[in-house]
Amino acid sequence: MFRRTSHYFSLHAQNFLGAFGRLLRQPVGSAMTIIVIAIALALPAGLRVLLNNFETLSGSWAGAIDFSVYLTMEVEESRARELAVALERRDDVLQVVFVPRDAALEEFQSYSGFGAALDALDENPLPHALVVRPAGDSREQIEALAADLIELTETELVQVDTAWVERMRSMLLLVARIVDLATVLLALAVVLVIGNTIRLEINNRRTEIEVVKLVGGSDAFIRRPFLYMGLCYGLSGGLLAMLTIVASLFTLTGPVRSLAGLYGSSFELRGLTPEQALLLLGAGAVLGWAGAGVATARHLRAIEPT
Amino acid sequence: MIRFENVHKRYPSGRDALSGVSFEMQAGEMAFLTGPSGAGKSTLLKLIALIERPTRGTVLVHNQNTSRVRRRQIPYFRRRIGIVFQDHKLLNDRTIFDNVALPLVISALRRRDIERRVRAALDQVGLLGREMNSPLTLSAGEQQRVGIARAVASRPDIVIADEPTGNLDPALSLEIMQLFERFNDVGVTMLIATHDLELLDRLDHRRLRIDGGKIAKAATDV
Repeated sequence: MFRRTSHYFSLHAQNFLGAFGRLLRQPVGSAMTIIVIAIALALPAGLRVLLNNFETLSGSWAGAIDFSVYLTMEVEESRARELAVALERRDDVLQVVFVPRDAALEEFQSYSGFGAALDALDENPLPHALVVRPAGDSREQIEALAADLIELTETELVQVDTAWVERMRSMLLLVARIVDLATVLLALAVVLVIGNTIRLEINNRRTEIEVVKLVGGSDAFIRRPFLYMGLCYGLSGGLLAMLTIVASLFTLTGPVRSLAGLYGSSFELRGLTPEQALLLLGAGAVLGWAGAGVATARHLRAIEPT
Repeated sequence: MIRFENVHKRYPSGRDALSGVSFEMQAGEMAFLTGPSGAGKSTLLKLIALIERPTRGTVLVHNQNTSRVRRRQIPYFRRRIGIVFQDHKLLNDRTIFDNVALPLVISALRRRDIERRVRAALDQVGLLGREMNSPLTLSAGEQQRVGIARAVASRPDIVIADEPTGNLDPALSLEIMQLFERFNDVGVTMLIATHDLELLDRLDHRRLRIDGGKIAKAATDV
């Protein structure tokens, strides 16, 4: 039993190596096909990597959904600090930063450009404030929290701006959808390219197929080398696509780092994870096999010895 | 081993290749199929190898009614028949070894067994030692012998040959026929189509003369 199984696998291994050998025997033609496949695979995969990076980036902007709670002028600093501690205990609050009115004034003076005008005032017009970072990031959660906070007797005003976060999110969703669409179309393109290549290969080996049928080769036997050829094309294309993405990201790393540096961010481009790389190879292999499967199903039957 | 019962074959073009052929061959028999070109010799052989199917009548091979052999089973059916072609149908991009090994590879034999059987087959046709050459390095007669080695490598009990000496001079032709006789001696049923009557006069075997799509009675019993 074991010997038979190992024999079976050795036959498949022979087919696989044979298919690679055939690709190597026509290096230019194979290379062109593989490059086309690699481009068709690298495009959606690369876009996806960029999209993932962008999502991480927008995730790290969670600070943007922080909102300010301005307390009434009567609230003392000690009470405000207590409130900050109390709010931080809530499940829907991640963090509360207390901004004393003096610090707020100082910041306002230095950043707003109204420094001189503010100097003219007798006393600090600003109240104590709390900067609240919500735990949830959906619009409903944030608005519910804001509504709760406005009910507090100490609260004068709650300022929330979630609209732009929403806009950004739906834009990312749209882009993600477009990438999905491109992925499907380009996957189809890979199947067709490989299918067509295999169709040509079948035509070139017409005589051989006839002879094999005459000496008793089963459909599976005849189909196998072509399926493995499709698999080789797909795998090679996937590998090249992977290298293309890695190389492209590498060239982007420097500029992205200096750009992020200008914004005071330590953002780094994230490349392909090992899982994504495997997925890319696997996708190439599956699409190659599928393309060859389509071609063999359509064209092998038509070849019969006469 | 092979039996035809009132077999008709009409091609889609409307040409009647066979009209009412009946004959029987016993296991281990050797026979020549003769007749002018276009008489239906090739068609008859194609019906045995299931390359074509009869329009009417019954073809039995290995006591199996070929009309009951479904498309998917044809490969397994053909593995029990060796076929020799006039143009030998060798694959020139492969070595002689790989050509002869083809039916054995198809039957998924072990590498060791394949090597042994290919050597044995090439030895029988006198071409041992040339395994790694291309068929193109061989003469016409040698190429045909490789074709024969391929046909017998899987040890079929029936071998059919369609004008195997069509492209060869008389001396080489006789050599090929004597080779067939040797396979027949070990029990292989041989049916050989040829129009080379001069050659047949030097060999003593049953003749099936086919003319106008029918087996001519008189020639059947030689």
